[in-house]
Amino acid sequence: MIKVEGLTKRYGEKTAVDGLSFAVEPGVVTGFLGPNGSGKSTTMRMIIGLDEPTSGRVMVNGRCYRDFSAPLCEVGALLEARSVHTGRSATNHLLALAHTHGIPRRRVDEVIDLVGLREVARKRVGGFSLGMGQRLGIASALLGDPSIMILDEPVNGLDPEGIRWIRNLLKGLAAEGKTVFVSSHLMSEMALTAEHLIVIGRGRLIADTSVADFIHSASANTVKVRSPQAPQLRELLVSVDVTVTASAPDILEVTGLTSEQIGRTAAENDIVLYELTPQQASLEEAFMDLTRDSVEYHADTPTAKAATGASS
Amino acid sequence: MTAVTEIDRDGGSPRARSEPAVGVTQLRVMRSEWTKLHSLRSTRYSLLAALAVIIGLGILISWGSASHWDEENPGERLFFDPTLTSLSGIFLAQLAVGVLGVLIVSGEYSTGMIRATMAAVPRRLPVLWAKTAVFALVTFVLMTVASFVAFAAGQAMLASEHISTTLSRPGVLTAVIGGGLYLTVVGTLGVALGALLRSTAGGIATLFGLLLVLPIIVLFLPASWREHIEKYLPSNAGQAIFRVLHEPSALSSWTGFALFCGYALAALAGAAVLLRRRDA
Ligand SMILES: Nc1ncnc2c1ncn2[C@@H]1O[C@H](COP(=O)(O)OP(=O)(O)O)[C@@H](O)[C@H]1O
Ligand SMILES: [Mg+2]
Repeated sequence: MIKVEGLTKRYGEKTAVDGLSFAVEPGVVTGFLGPNGSGKSTTMRMIIGLDEPTSGRVMVNGRCYRDFSAPLCEVGALLEARSVHTGRSATNHLLALAHTHGIPRRRVDEVIDLVGLREVARKRVGGFSLGMGQRLGIASALLGDPSIMILDEPVNGLDPEGIRWIRNLLKGLAAEGKTVFVSSHLMSEMALTAEHLIVIGRGRLIADTSVADFIHSASANTVKVRSPQAPQLRELLVSVDVTVTASAPDILEVTGLTSEQIGRTAAENDIVLYELTPQQASLEEAFMDLTRDSVEYHADTPTAKAATGASS
Repeated sequence: MTAVTEIDRDGGSPRARSEPAVGVTQLRVMRSEWTKLHSLRSTRYSLLAALAVIIGLGILISWGSASHWDEENPGERLFFDPTLTSLSGIFLAQLAVGVLGVLIVSGEYSTGMIRATMAAVPRRLPVLWAKTAVFALVTFVLMTVASFVAFAAGQAMLASEHISTTLSRPGVLTAVIGGGLYLTVVGTLGVALGALLRSTAGGIATLFGLLLVLPIIVLFLPASWREHIEKYLPSNAGQAIFRVLHEPSALSSWTGFALFCGYALAALAGAAVLLRRRDA
């Protein structure tokens, strides 16, 4: 359980996190969603005491992270920036961390096997690929078998296989009853992994909701209808609460009615339907709608747009 | 939290019974720092280089002094310090030890390891104490051994001209142990500067500035100022301990060394304050 209360962090003039309050409950994967620069990494660093809040506070399992006698057994963290000396082997890196707590060597071997790094465990970390680096980071986080896991953009730069591995791992940890808090700037990733969502923009809370509700509220509830008698159907459907647009002579986009209602109307009037499909707004679009006002840098020019597209 | 108790049971070594089963203690952080220290190649190479330089250079310079003894004028013969001659490799070895001291901390900042370290020990200060203590202990043991070896080998070279000395002469044993002590404090100063500046380049530049450049700058001061300042410089104060013959204006062995320790501890105290205050 993580409880964030009125958390604010300023770096000089820049307010990275601005009066943030939320709670992360155990047993489900909670996504921490926000555009780049919205303050996700800063918030996560404050949770484990790396950065000191300007005001407000963070409680983990009811206490301040610094006050734990065995912090690695409370919170395991995978940070966005690499946090390992490149000149050391994976085993020695994990051993060094384990020694601070008196965690036995057996546990080090256990987490190495758990993340599948056995073969390279004695090699210098400097030669690791991005994916191997992430696995080592996760091994470090799991070392103390903590009840809370915090992961900052864990799938960034991973191949599909690695992404799936992390997704399943997180779901498994949540199913064990752990608190799993994972950040991403991609809604589509969150939709696949998380059950609950904390959405922030410019350091402020935008939404604290279940993923299902988020998707539901974000969907525009349009239904796509294809019919040879489209103009006739259109006349029958249009009303004050219902808008119908025609994207082709035989295709209608209906907003304000369910597919059941449309189908019934068509049947009652002997209208032939070729297709009747409820449309869901793309998650990414819903997320962008929600955070439009709070992205740091808008891509105003076509060149800027192309550049953002290429890098994401 | 069943999982945590599982780890508790695993940690059932005899010592773990007196300590909390799993949790941060100063002793454990020291063990962690020891693992970090010996698992890096740079550590082994730097310490090996320091050992080789102390012994090798000590032998070389002692041999040179012996073979050119008959060319030396009486003034130089009068101020000849056979102990210092055999320990002269320290002047070069201090760079290897000091740089390693800086690297032990700055290397964690440059690689990002410091975040993992601080997350494991969020109170932070135990890390600084452990790094200092472990490195000081390792340096003291190795460098004192090197110092004794260099002394023995150097004196063997000087014996051919009957200008050697022995450990039983006044101040000689202090000087030979002092070689190890001086390098230990140089290493500590390096650790403190690494933690203060959090950068390898900055730490090394400051260390070399203090030990090597400051004495040169002071040479350009008027003589009347110089004699009041020179002996208090970190290098001159610290190096008094491995000299047997002291210039009349210089500090005595232990006074000088105590002052040198004072400088290092002041830097360490500054590092401790900033470590607590700054974001990792
Ligand atoms: N150490 C720092 N010093 C100055 N500004 C920072 C620092 N860390 C983050 N910021 C700024 O705070 C804002 C939030 O950053 P960050 O937490 O990394 O966002 P996110 O992880 O959501 O992309 C950004 O504008 C970033 O430039
Ligand atoms: Mg980030």
